[in-house]
Amino acid sequence: MTAPLRSDLRHIADWITPASSVLDLGCGDGSLLAWLATNKDCHGYGVEIDVDSVTACVARGVDVIQSDMEAGLSTFEDNAFDFVVLSLTIQAMHNVEGILKEMLRVGRTGIVTFPNFGYWENRWQLLLGRMPVSETIPYEWYNTPNIHLCTVYDFERLLKKLGMWSTGRVVLHQGEKVDLLPNLLGSLALVRFERA
Amino acid sequence: MPEPRSVGLVSAQKAVFETPITLTSGVTLPRYELVYETYGTLNADRSNAILICHALSGHHHVAGRYSEDDKNAGWWDNMIGPGKPIDTDRFFVIGLNNLGGCHGSTGPSSIDPATGKPYGSTFPLVLVRDWVETQARLADQLGIHRFAAIIGGSLGGMQALRWTITHPDRVRHALVIAAAPKLTAQNIAFNDVARQAILTDPDFHGGDYYQHDTVPRRGLRLARMLGHITYLSDDGMGEKFGRMLRSGEYKYGFDVEFEIESYLRYQGDKFSDYFDANTYLLMTKALDYFDPARHYGGDLVKALAEVQARFLVVSFNSDWRFSPARSREIVKALLDARKHVSYAEIDSKHGHDAFLMEDAPYHAIMRAYLDNIAQEIAA
Repeated sequence: MTAPLRSDLRHIADWITPASSVLDLGCGDGSLLAWLATNKDCHGYGVEIDVDSVTACVARGVDVIQSDMEAGLSTFEDNAFDFVVLSLTIQAMHNVEGILKEMLRVGRTGIVTFPNFGYWENRWQLLLGRMPVSETIPYEWYNTPNIHLCTVYDFERLLKKLGMWSTGRVVLHQGEKVDLLPNLLGSLALVRFERA
Repeated sequence: MPEPRSVGLVSAQKAVFETPITLTSGVTLPRYELVYETYGTLNADRSNAILICHALSGHHHVAGRYSEDDKNAGWWDNMIGPGKPIDTDRFFVIGLNNLGGCHGSTGPSSIDPATGKPYGSTFPLVLVRDWVETQARLADQLGIHRFAAIIGGSLGGMQALRWTITHPDRVRHALVIAAAPKLTAQNIAFNDVARQAILTDPDFHGGDYYQHDTVPRRGLRLARMLGHITYLSDDGMGEKFGRMLRSGEYKYGFDVEFEIESYLRYQGDKFSDYFDANTYLLMTKALDYFDPARHYGGDLVKALAEVQARFLVVSFNSDWRFSPARSREIVKALLDARKHVSYAEIDSKHGHDAFLMEDAPYHAIMRAYLDNIAQEIAA
């Protein structure tokens, strides 16, 4: 058995079918892939740019490729994976449209998680005239790596523009699922999508 | 965790092979010897053996020292030993000198029993696949069927890769470091300039310089100087030597003035004192010929189809002789063939030589990967 998963990763894992192939972009220490291998008999690879994270993956026995996703996923062939996961990374990427297209080139189903800018605390701070700093967006405006923040609605509009459609959506706050007014009350969004 | 230590005092052993071997070139050697060293203990089920494959100028003395006052440890002593990434408390590690070498294994400078003279020009060219065959025979002699890992940098990495293709059932893991799936034209070109330096040295005597009581020192020295430039990075060289002058001022002549000149000449001189020119020629040709995809229509993915080993591929960002792009070719082919592979691109200023250096992130990845292997085989 592997250690219990962080709640957002657990919700991602719920979407992934047993024995499928998974590409985890920005896989961190590889905990999602390790959990999926042990508990769902999945196989796949992580992609990481940070060398310490690569070492952490290797230590867990997770196959990991050190690479910069901004340069695309040219290492991977078309339709090589059932699922391609990008968790809590898209808001810091330069080429958002590019990576979404790449995800559905190399895989059948994409799963993206991101901090929901529509969360009420963020809106409230803007109303007060300040850039939001909250649990899922913990940076000041001058030191944030986040350059492409969006709301749940914004993200789904982009999918439509790219000829993709959402096949599932979960919005969380502090690890708990938010069903009522998710774009207002949820701070973390998970979206599953495919080619339309 | 205990402090990493040295394997301590070691000594070389010799394996004799009386079964003839027909090499890829078609030439048959009726008999040959390989020198090797081992560190650590082979476990009861013989599952903890690791083979270290050496690069162009390497040999069997991989770790430890020959005597208490031995100034030089083995060439990968920082990687191998008790508590080191390749932990000899858990693994049985074998280093050998490849066939055609000049450190005790049968090679061009050995005596040909048929003539009573050194082989010299009559010693056949040996390919990477031939080395793998002789290494497999050594493993047979040592009672090892399946290696826990085969590890090599540069030309050594090519041997590890070739092992996984030729003997898929005999390799659990391959660690392929600063290598390439085949040389580029530029890389072959460097090798040919090195060879030309040796071949055109008047002391070369067509490869039979032993009978003339001489060695093509000037050629070997130039070959090594050229090679050395390509093993370092521009930045690394700049940082170490820059435009530093030995005497602090220009002398307006051709003697050694810049520190880099002094360094290269020293390296060249040292190398030509102990390395055999014919072996150097042979090793560079083995590099040039290496192309495991050649018999698969140039398709490395097809060549890897039967591979069972899991891979760790490592490259170094300042290595331009075996650049990260070349390692990524290996990684891509393994991914396309749906094999297990991890890949790390280490930030280093040491160029191709980085694979021999002690570097915390590099060693951390090696250690993490090898820890897993040890757990897998319960060593």
